[in-house]
Amino acid sequence: MPNSKSAYSFSNKKEKFDTHIIVVWVDNEAGVLARVVGLFSGRGYNIESLAVAQVDEKLKISRITIVTTGTPQVVNQIKLQLRKLVPVHKVADFKREDKAVIFKEMALFKIVGPNNKLEGALKACKKYNPILLDKTKKSNVIQITALRREIDKMSKDLKKFGLVSVSRTGAVAMTRGADIFK
Amino acid sequence: MSKLYSGAEIVFKCMEDQNVDHIFGYPGGAVLPIYDELQNFKSIKHVLVRHEQGAGHAAEGYARSSGKPGVILVTSGPGATNVVTALTDAYMDSIPLVCISGQVPTHLIGTDAFQECDTTGITRPCTKHNWLVKDINDLANTIHKAFEVATTGRPGPVLVDIPKDIQFQKTKYNRPKKEKKLNGRSHNHFNQNSIDELIELMSKSSKPIFYTGGGVINSGPRASELLRELVYATGFPITSTLQGLGSFPGDDNQFLGMLGMHGTYEANNAMHDCDLMINIGARFDDRITGKIDEFSPNSKKVHIDIDPSSINKNVKVDLAIVGDVKTVLSSTLKSLKQKKSKFLKSNKQKTSKWWEKIQKWRSVRSLDYIGSEETIKPQYAIERLYELTKDKDSYITTEVGQHQMWAAQHYKFNKPNRWMTSGGLGTMGYGLPAAVGVQVAHPKKLVIDIAGEASVLMTIQEMSTAVQYNLPIKIFILNNQYMGMVRQWQELLHDKNYSESYTAALPDFVKLAEAYNCVGIRAKTPEELDDKIIEMLNTDRPVIFDCMVDKVENCFPMIPSGKPHNQMILGPKDQESKKITGKGKSLV
Repeated sequence: MPNSKSAYSFSNKKEKFDTHIIVVWVDNEAGVLARVVGLFSGRGYNIESLAVAQVDEKLKISRITIVTTGTPQVVNQIKLQLRKLVPVHKVADFKREDKAVIFKEMALFKIVGPNNKLEGALKACKKYNPILLDKTKKSNVIQITALRREIDKMSKDLKKFGLVSVSRTGAVAMTRGADIFK
Repeated sequence: MSKLYSGAEIVFKCMEDQNVDHIFGYPGGAVLPIYDELQNFKSIKHVLVRHEQGAGHAAEGYARSSGKPGVILVTSGPGATNVVTALTDAYMDSIPLVCISGQVPTHLIGTDAFQECDTTGITRPCTKHNWLVKDINDLANTIHKAFEVATTGRPGPVLVDIPKDIQFQKTKYNRPKKEKKLNGRSHNHFNQNSIDELIELMSKSSKPIFYTGGGVINSGPRASELLRELVYATGFPITSTLQGLGSFPGDDNQFLGMLGMHGTYEANNAMHDCDLMINIGARFDDRITGKIDEFSPNSKKVHIDIDPSSINKNVKVDLAIVGDVKTVLSSTLKSLKQKKSKFLKSNKQKTSKWWEKIQKWRSVRSLDYIGSEETIKPQYAIERLYELTKDKDSYITTEVGQHQMWAAQHYKFNKPNRWMTSGGLGTMGYGLPAAVGVQVAHPKKLVIDIAGEASVLMTIQEMSTAVQYNLPIKIFILNNQYMGMVRQWQELLHDKNYSESYTAALPDFVKLAEAYNCVGIRAKTPEELDDKIIEMLNTDRPVIFDCMVDKVENCFPMIPSGKPHNQMILGPKDQESKKITGKGKSLV
């Protein structure tokens, strides 16, 4: 909004957007995901991907991993706003470039075609821990785990081998080494 | 074996233990079991409103004037949706409310049953937290938790949705758990270093200013006392947001008046030119900052707030102190006394030039207006109302619009919790029901709703509530037949195209008062105004006061759209030179 003349506060500064992975530990109760996601949509924050599942059966704790983009100020707001939600226990924030953290996504690829193509597809996935989950004469279902951009790339590259369907998860994250996030 | 209680009984048992004495509500199918129990709990008095929004605002007025949480009881479906505006209003202005809503029985949830709506879904973005109670054994703990969430940290509204079958089921009752010391979660996250740093900044500053907000009020009366102590100990000037009025005496020489879009010339210029800004319990709202890129460009900024997410949200600050205002102020005062016992003396010299500058801005007399002998100027009406009520410890509520700004500018508050206005959400129709709630909390005090004729019609039905409970609220309407603030912006920004801002058919407010069985008074000329106001004050019944004012008066000073603090429009004479042009029109 160049040279805005509004009494509402517009900023003319163009700030860099960073990609962050936000990990939120929450009570696994009804509506908790809606609270977290509603906070993002209500305040205009981005969600690039989302992964959620219960990680502690006894304490009923779920771990939500959200990939988001924003200026440093926005990312800071996201964390602070999340911490205000009653069912939220703790919030961790990692930059995508952070070497001390492992990020992984999983994808399932369905390839349909002649044998040589099926093999070609499996070979192309070699770098990303491919697992053949299903095999017929005409088709393969391959599972890989990789980074987002690697899966993006594979989704393109596998087209020539007869890729007909892609299903993928959001990113999950974990710190390297013996330390855990407190 | 201990006694079993129904869900409906538990609701009231919880309220008893939470020291609730008044609830504002409206019955309906899904809360009938609760209403059935009401008569068995004599310490809890129910105020029957005429619309659930009224219940919400009344509870807000009750909470803001008493410091206790306001409690609302509504039915499912439309009962719950009607209260959403009030919940949002309370969320924006950080007012503690506990709303109990009925819900259709659990086995009907999700079937589009009669008067069913997704209440927790609808109210999720406008409450601090909400609960749908599906198990009777969770009910008591949930309600106790609701009171805790509403009243601790930055206060706000919460909602507990109780299906009808849960209200009938029986279980044991759990008293609230004895408060564990701060529950392991303190709201104070600052240390002595931050306080020392603040004092260092204060002693270095030659152009300081305190900028205080509703957080001071929310922190309790003691916070206002400490604020006064600090302001007197430092000799610094102080300005306040709309919500903070009353925490510091409005007639004190160190007080520069309200700041922001319709703030005084001296307050806004001081904010712009200062070298140290100490924000206490305010949130750098866009009506305060004006153009954010040019907001107070040369100052060090300190922000004291209980809510960590308020820090660096709109404006980056140099020193953040996260904590309860009362605690932070008391630490600051303690350190100040220890380290710089002669602060005031040593500082007088340093800030003398700053005060000279402020006096110069003051001499502009930015709140002045051109008087009239024929028509009542709205500012004059507020001035007279203030003069005639200032020794009465009165409570003022307002609606939203020009009258609200004039009230903020011309009515001087000396105590906290005396000023109830919808700031964040800007809810027209807030003031009348809020006045009902204030009068319930303070039956013997003078409660006035300074209103506009357009706003007040949005919740006028609550006059009937006031009459039912003998609440002698005074509705002081500045009647200019326009939605004044809309008209003003259309004049200034939209080439005087007064699209739909004139109400061509208004009720006769005096007759309306009579229809409600209260008292109607009308003032048409400045000459009769005082007598009529005195007549209103001497009436021990609800009054609708129809004050016919100048139809086209504008509210000044004003920071025009897209301008920083130091470029205000001062009044009719100054207006021509600072026209708002171009894109600004569409962006206000």
